[in-house]
Amino acid sequence: MSRARPFPAAATLGILALSACTGPQSALDPAGEDAAEIAGLFWQMLAGAAVIWCLVLGGSVLASWRGRSLWQVATALKVILWAGAVFPTVVLAGLLIHGLRLMPGLRATESDLRIEVVGERFWWRVIYHRDGAPPVTSANEIRLPAGATVEFILSSPDVIHSFWIPPLGGKTDLIPGRTTRQVLRPTKPGVYRGACAEFCGASHALMALTAEVMTPDDFARWLQAEAGPAAVTAGPGPDAFLRHGCAACHTVRGTEANALVGPDLTHLGSRHTVGAGILANSPAAIARFVAHADTLKPEIRMPSYAMLPETELRLLADWLASLR
Amino acid sequence: MSEAPDQALLAAQEDRLRRVWETPGGWRYWSAVNNTEVGVWYTATSFFFFLFAGVLALIMRGQLAVPDNDLVSPGLYNQLFTLHGTMMMFLFAVPIFEAVAILILPQMLAARDLPFPRLSAFGYWCFLIGGVFVAGSIFFNAAPDGGWFMYPPLTTDPEFSGIGADIWLLGLSFIEVASIAAAVELIVGVLKCRPPGMRINLIPLYCWYVLIVAGMILFAFPPLIAGDILFEMERLFNWPFFDPSRGGDPILWQHLFWIFGHPEVYIIFLPSIALLAMIVPTFAQRPIVGYGWIVLAAVGTGFLSFGLWAHHMFTTGLPIVSQGFFSAASEAVAIPTGVQIFVFVATMLAGRVVFAIPMLYATGALAIFVFGGLTGVMVALAPFDWQAHDSYFVVAHLHYTLIGGMFFPLIAGVYYFYPFVMGRMLSDRLGKWAFWLMFTGFNIAFLPMHFTGLRGMPRRVFTYPEGLGFDLLNLVSTLGAFVMAAGVLVLTWDLVRPLNWKPKAPKNPWNAGTLEWAEGDPESPWGIRSVPIIESRYPLWDQPDLARKIHEGRFFLPDAEEGKRETMVTTVLDAEPLQVLRLPGNSFLPMLAAVFVGGSFIAATFHWWVTTILSGVIGIGVIMVWLWTGTSMIPEKREKNAGLGTVLPLYASGPSSVGWWAMFITMVGDGTAFGSLVFSYFFYWTIRPDFPPPDATGPGQFYPTLAAILALLAWGLMLLARTRNRAGHELKALFMVMGSAFAALGSGAAILWAPYVTGLEPTRDSYDATVWVLAIWTAVHLGVGVLMQGYCVARGLAGKLSARHDIDLQNVTLYWHFATITALTTALVTGLFPLAVGGG
Repeated sequence: MSRARPFPAAATLGILALSACTGPQSALDPAGEDAAEIAGLFWQMLAGAAVIWCLVLGGSVLASWRGRSLWQVATALKVILWAGAVFPTVVLAGLLIHGLRLMPGLRATESDLRIEVVGERFWWRVIYHRDGAPPVTSANEIRLPAGATVEFILSSPDVIHSFWIPPLGGKTDLIPGRTTRQVLRPTKPGVYRGACAEFCGASHALMALTAEVMTPDDFARWLQAEAGPAAVTAGPGPDAFLRHGCAACHTVRGTEANALVGPDLTHLGSRHTVGAGILANSPAAIARFVAHADTLKPEIRMPSYAMLPETELRLLADWLASLR
Repeated sequence: MSEAPDQALLAAQEDRLRRVWETPGGWRYWSAVNNTEVGVWYTATSFFFFLFAGVLALIMRGQLAVPDNDLVSPGLYNQLFTLHGTMMMFLFAVPIFEAVAILILPQMLAARDLPFPRLSAFGYWCFLIGGVFVAGSIFFNAAPDGGWFMYPPLTTDPEFSGIGADIWLLGLSFIEVASIAAAVELIVGVLKCRPPGMRINLIPLYCWYVLIVAGMILFAFPPLIAGDILFEMERLFNWPFFDPSRGGDPILWQHLFWIFGHPEVYIIFLPSIALLAMIVPTFAQRPIVGYGWIVLAAVGTGFLSFGLWAHHMFTTGLPIVSQGFFSAASEAVAIPTGVQIFVFVATMLAGRVVFAIPMLYATGALAIFVFGGLTGVMVALAPFDWQAHDSYFVVAHLHYTLIGGMFFPLIAGVYYFYPFVMGRMLSDRLGKWAFWLMFTGFNIAFLPMHFTGLRGMPRRVFTYPEGLGFDLLNLVSTLGAFVMAAGVLVLTWDLVRPLNWKPKAPKNPWNAGTLEWAEGDPESPWGIRSVPIIESRYPLWDQPDLARKIHEGRFFLPDAEEGKRETMVTTVLDAEPLQVLRLPGNSFLPMLAAVFVGGSFIAATFHWWVTTILSGVIGIGVIMVWLWTGTSMIPEKREKNAGLGTVLPLYASGPSSVGWWAMFITMVGDGTAFGSLVFSYFFYWTIRPDFPPPDATGPGQFYPTLAAILALLAWGLMLLARTRNRAGHELKALFMVMGSAFAALGSGAAILWAPYVTGLEPTRDSYDATVWVLAIWTAVHLGVGVLMQGYCVARGLAGKLSARHDIDLQNVTLYWHFATITALTTALVTGLFPLAVGGG
């Protein structure tokens, strides 16, 4: 009876380990080819590592057992040669060849879509480049067509950030004064989460982004809509927006607001989150962010508008939330 | 040698030795410079910093226990993780290596002390002052908060960073200088202070590791110091080394930092393996199997570790070819590591293992370290690193390597060497409790982090939202961290509880084979009763009655007839007796020097320039007094009988003296820092199409060439002075030294005049700034050279420098070799290189 126990325990552990991989930000729950290749590589390496660890530890515990028969020095020297030098050399050479073969594939040079991502303190400027049409600017959210090879062109005007959507692939830094590139090949439609991976200051932990992988048709339709002006460009909402100086930093296409300091808000209502991934999008969340930007996100450049009357805040927030 | 020793004579000898080596009492205790005192202070202080940094980690784990927590503010959290990493690396891991080495190395080599005891003391006081300054900043909410690798522009831009960055740069630069000083001393100690007969292939493995690691410090720390200089120039004076809008590049810092930072990992790891290399043979009760293997593997690790730094930069967009190269190099370093581990396994296989507490810790270390090594193999592979980099996977990996590769072996060493240092045994029971609490706590805390990281949690985040799959894993990690902390608490209690609660240790309690166990009584202050002749790697096992003969004073230096501290100096390879070295005794001067030099750095942090300069000048003055009164003393007689009928000189200069070696080794480190600055110049040239920029106006060719010619003249005069002095023309030599000083002043002036007169503005462009920094570096070195020349002249006039007693002149000439190379290189690079690329 007691002999049967280890199996369910091991099974439970196994299930726990597997369930430990899921999540909207998990590198082990891939939604893109690059992430899938790396996840596969990880599981292979993990299996190999587990075997090697058991062998080394088992060997040394056996070796340190008291009172066992002594080995000849010449035999012990062979252990050093074979287990210490030859074995790792062979294994590592094999692993290196296997692992590095992934590199050219992971860094493809031809792309179907080019997206420029600029890391700012603490949000993402996103610019979709289109053939024969002007680029489309958005922020804090990236939409991608499944099956495409997408090239990201990465830069930063302030400090170093790092662009990372784990379910789609690895990360690349955004470095002031340099332009870096990253290729991702999303495959599975769904909503994923990414984050800034290089420490960039007080609100580094609050610099996330949403990545939505769509079918190519949905994506084309969405990009068409995203290129257009805001849904509502006149009325009390836009008036409040201009009156309180929001246009000094933000753009809402179709209105007078065309500043480039902060995120483009033209289609804010259609985004999943507010404040670069920190609040689920709703009129209340927008109002809260506008009123308390610097407590929600320390050292953010946007001042708090806590002094605005409740009615004004609601006017602003309702309008912004309606910009789908 | 069988006649009974004359007990009365032995007692008289011991009495004299005791008087000479005694540790002062009362407040004068703090003037002690002997390795047994300084080593204990050093170890205790770095262990205290470990506890401090550990508490910072616990606060962080408290904050991360649940999602959206607000136990600490984001600003404080960022200070916590920056200081945790900084302190564990710079105030614990490296210093405790030096501390332990200072403590045990001399006895291992049957030396009475290290060759420069006052330098050890100076290093310790620098470390204490710098460490308290850096650690204390957190109580004023002023701690550095840019992460322990301080990437610019986050840490250079005045909008994003404050005084914390200056505290990091200046506080740590100060400590790095102390680290290099200790490295110089340890290298000279291993090379020159061995007992007669201990040829280089007979030295204890620990000493091999010390030699390798100290050598690595010598080449790894200077690039960081060079980086610190550039960094602080940008922060203080707005010189744009890392500012892309003016031709700088933030990536340059990453290169300089990681050229230091990766060897640093092995600088931390190898000394702990060195402890295992002493422990495993003792408990296997046989000599190590594969001495040559492990030495070569350690050398190989040290060498390879300088070729891997860019694997910390796989996500910066390096070319694919570079990534492949650095992946391969990073994997390759696992091979010598594997050899070292299997040398231990083979030794255990061929011996009969006694499983005492140190072995328990050694086994735990192996379990953790091998795991960390295997995840290291994973992250070394660029494609996998693109996911794992800067995530909690890396946090888990680095703690597995450092806790397994450094901390657990260190504690094994603490249990092993405690009886050697304190003469008492630590508790088996507490040792086991501490082990199991730390071992399980550690794994509970850090094993889940691998998955937290692969689930997408970046490192250095003060919080995380719920529902992403981080919640449970983080809670478990926090619980584990506190279990581990409980283990550390038990360990600390075992260490600090009163000595008389602990049983007295028998002589050589583990029946070890190496020399440090020969004395067997930490109460006797002389280190070793007489310096034996060594014929084996494990002399206590192989040389019958060795301990007794040492005690009966049957070997070298059994007495202190002249009432002076003395130790043996031998040749580098064969350890043939060369000299009896007179060691300086206790003094407050090293402490005073550290206070004023440290005061200068600290004042600079707050931009109190008058205090900075005043404190610095006083510091240099104190060092001058220290040198004048405590170095290259002319002995009262030429030579003495060192015992066994061997007559040895009391004074040596040139390559057979320890001072010459120290100067040579220091200047190699200094040259490495200069090389890093030159590297920066050419780095800009490779990344910028317009370097030198077409609108750059200088520094021209005339003044750099003039500076080069004058530097050569100064050098030639120094060479001549050295030979003339040797030939007995002492006064003529002094005039030549003076002439050389004038030439050097001219050279320094010309090298500074060049960028000034041609209108290079260091705040304009990284080119101008780099030329200026090379010029200033060179001018400062020429200035220090002139100071040394003035010192020589003063020594000569005071009758302390003569044809036979020319250590000062020899060492200053050696300095001038390096200073001249520096001046010529600067002239060539800044003056002539622009011609070669068609600029300037």
